[in-house]
Amino acid sequence: MLASLIGFLGDFDLAEEAAQEAFAVAAERWPREGTPANPAAWLITTARNRAIDRIRRQRSLTAKTKLLDVPEATMDELPDNAAIKDERLELIFTCCHPALAPDAQVALTLRALGGLTTEEIARAFLVSEEAMKRRLSRAKNKIKATGIPFTVPDDHRLPDRLAAVLAVIYLIYNEGYGGRGELAGEAIRLGRLLAALMPDEPEVHGLLALMLIHHARREARFSGEELVLLGDQDASLWDARQLETGHTALARAMSLRGRGPYVLQAAIASLHAQRPLDWEQIAVLYEELHAQTGSPVVELNRAVAVAESRSVQEALEIVDGLELDGYQYFHAARGELLRRLRRPGEARLAYERALALAASEPERRFLKRRIDELSP
Amino acid sequence: MKYALLIYSKPGSHEALSEDEYKATFADYLTLADDPRCLDSAGLQPVETATTIRVNDGQVLTTDGPYADTKEFFGGYYVLEADDLDQALEFAARIPAARLGGAIEVRPVMEYES
Repeated sequence: MLASLIGFLGDFDLAEEAAQEAFAVAAERWPREGTPANPAAWLITTARNRAIDRIRRQRSLTAKTKLLDVPEATMDELPDNAAIKDERLELIFTCCHPALAPDAQVALTLRALGGLTTEEIARAFLVSEEAMKRRLSRAKNKIKATGIPFTVPDDHRLPDRLAAVLAVIYLIYNEGYGGRGELAGEAIRLGRLLAALMPDEPEVHGLLALMLIHHARREARFSGEELVLLGDQDASLWDARQLETGHTALARAMSLRGRGPYVLQAAIASLHAQRPLDWEQIAVLYEELHAQTGSPVVELNRAVAVAESRSVQEALEIVDGLELDGYQYFHAARGELLRRLRRPGEARLAYERALALAASEPERRFLKRRIDELSP
Repeated sequence: MKYALLIYSKPGSHEALSEDEYKATFADYLTLADDPRCLDSAGLQPVETATTIRVNDGQVLTTDGPYADTKEFFGGYYVLEADDLDQALEFAARIPAARLGGAIEVRPVMEYES
């Protein structure tokens, strides 16, 4: 509803106010006069009319005069739901426009499409409600003042802009993965919405698959408060239905000949959820992903797969060629490889470097246990 | 909407071009200026020609040099009439300074009601 109003009015604030007014009118009238046959259309029409009233009252806003030519819709000629233009896709691309700061893109997307209140978003990102309100209103002002368009980008801009949208959703997911579960759920919901709106984009299905497959294993990642490594996870704790949905999304992406970074990551996650683990194939996919992204973190992951499928020595050679000194998992992976090569002194030093960088308590405990085991 | 496309050039980037490259680059600037959506444009003389003034309590203070002591210097601008920011950004990306180590700042122009 909000998307349709913003599309019609070209103004976030006006659309939000109008929607609120329409809900207030409904709350007053529906109990008295009965719920209309088509509540959504009724609300949108009412909100539009309210907004037009408001614009008429503020005639100084000359920029909006074109709207005054729109004839007021009467309740007798309500559009049916199919005729209400679905403008959520336009809204997503506006919210994730690269001219907005990344944190503003995230907040705006959650507010406009995720249906979270400002207070809920503020809580999820550990800032005060006031600060979040300011962040949102700065972003909305920039959209208005700079003329960020309310459109789906043309074909030649689409790949870059879609990548930005996917990055925002994945960022929301990862915020949730770190502990704030409601954000992970919200990201999956946004992923589903985007997959429904852009059914032919393989990367959209790839991202959805990636999030679903990860999410299906969330219960198995911890035993009580302790971190459980992938190979040791209890597969009976996986959410089978969610895993299945994830695999369906991945199959859809593959059938669209998707081979982009999200599809590859989803394929890897899918292999992670199979027993026995096919480390050889995992290493191959990481290699393909690295060729696309050039990310040293991906190389690190490939090294872990190589250690399982081929040789620990070869894996260590890959790891030692990486420049990831400030990265906790680089030192943790090195420690693990050195431990298995029976070089306990060096292994211990590497684990200590990892410990110094680790922020989460379960990870710190895990590393300390490793260090203790290696102590002479 | 009207947008100002402010060109920040990397010092020496245009001078380092060969004569042919320089001619081609200059032609690119002119092509952009000739675009019917382009309302105004100017390229500025080198930063060494800049003089900066301030007025404090009615007293004019004049100093040699540019106002901002930045690595990139303000080298010129286009004023563009465009439907939306995306169009303005697309135009900005075609300004040669952007691919010669500089940057283009895109800002909507204030519009006053008459």
